Amino acid sequence: MKRLFYILPLVGFLVIGAYLGVGLTLDPHKLPNMLEGQPVPAFDLPGLEGRDGKGFSNADLLGDVSLVNVFGSWCVACRVEHPFLMKIKENGWVPIHGIDWREPDRNAGPVWLRRHGDPYTLIGDDPRSIAAIAFGVTGAPETFVVDKQGIVRYKHVGPITEQVWAETLKPLIDHLREQG
Amino acid sequence: MRFVLSAVLLCLLAFPALAVQPDEILKDPALEARAREVGKDLRCLVCQNQSIDDSDADLARDLRVLVRERIVAGDSNQEVIDYVVSRYGDFVLLNPPFKLKTYALWLGPLVIILFGIFAIFMFFRRRGDVVAEGGAAMPARDGLSDAEKKKLAKLMNGDGQ
Repeated sequence: MKRLFYILPLVGFLVIGAYLGVGLTLDPHKLPNMLEGQPVPAFDLPGLEGRDGKGFSNADLLGDVSLVNVFGSWCVACRVEHPFLMKIKENGWVPIHGIDWREPDRNAGPVWLRRHGDPYTLIGDDPRSIAAIAFGVTGAPETFVVDKQGIVRYKHVGPITEQVWAETLKPLIDHLREQG
Repeated sequence: MRFVLSAVLLCLLAFPALAVQPDEILKDPALEARAREVGKDLRCLVCQNQSIDDSDADLARDLRVLVRERIVAGDSNQEVIDYVVSRYGDFVLLNPPFKLKTYALWLGPLVIILFGIFAIFMFFRRRGDVVAEGGAAMPARDGLSDAEKKKLAKLMNGDGQ
């Protein structure tokens, strides 16, 4: 009994150590997706120049499974995922809509898209983070999977790679399409 | 000496500058004060250990503007905070809320202090017991028991022989 009493501090230390040890391995930049299972937040963004004045609002997300990709011409990681977005577009795998986030000026987005290609069906211009905050975005690129009813099903933080597509996004999109 | 002293005083004068820009500040000082109140509790999600009022990040700026727009539109402080939490989760609060997931965080230190008090209490109580009993099992601290004196004498004698 007495011995047990002396072991207690060691046990306490190990428990706290294990708890904090696990904590160290977590990435504080990975936040929970608060919107999962919720309807897309209401937003109505103006379009980019050279896109016939077409903007992008939450109403556009009804009827088909789609991706909403938050990007910006200033964003290096967006440049990394861009070729793969182009591939998705060329193969017609799923419509991608864009939120052009925090461009320094009206031209930056269109110029960037002209140079690297434009994989987006609809684009909204979001220089003041209105939609970005509504989606709970903390950095670009972030991509949301939205189902036919306009419900957010998944958030991917960081560039979409071949692997992310094959292992996570494609199975989820196929599944959501089957659900009808 | 005087130089060192004035250098130290100058250091004390420096305080962290707010990142709030002049063009963001509301004209109504009461509303602005409320915006500051809300802003200092919200975490900048880019540079995670600063509040949005302290951070120069673009997203922090946009959050400050959003907080002010909502306050001007008539939201209460709590409504503004609830909106931001609904988008980013509890992590956005610099002061974590008291709920099931954070009981260990809030109550842990209290439990450890109570355990410490209990341990100290036990320690002194046991020592008190010893002094009170004063004899058989453990002798008074300043001397040896009769049995020990005998044993010692025996050893000394043994050595002597």
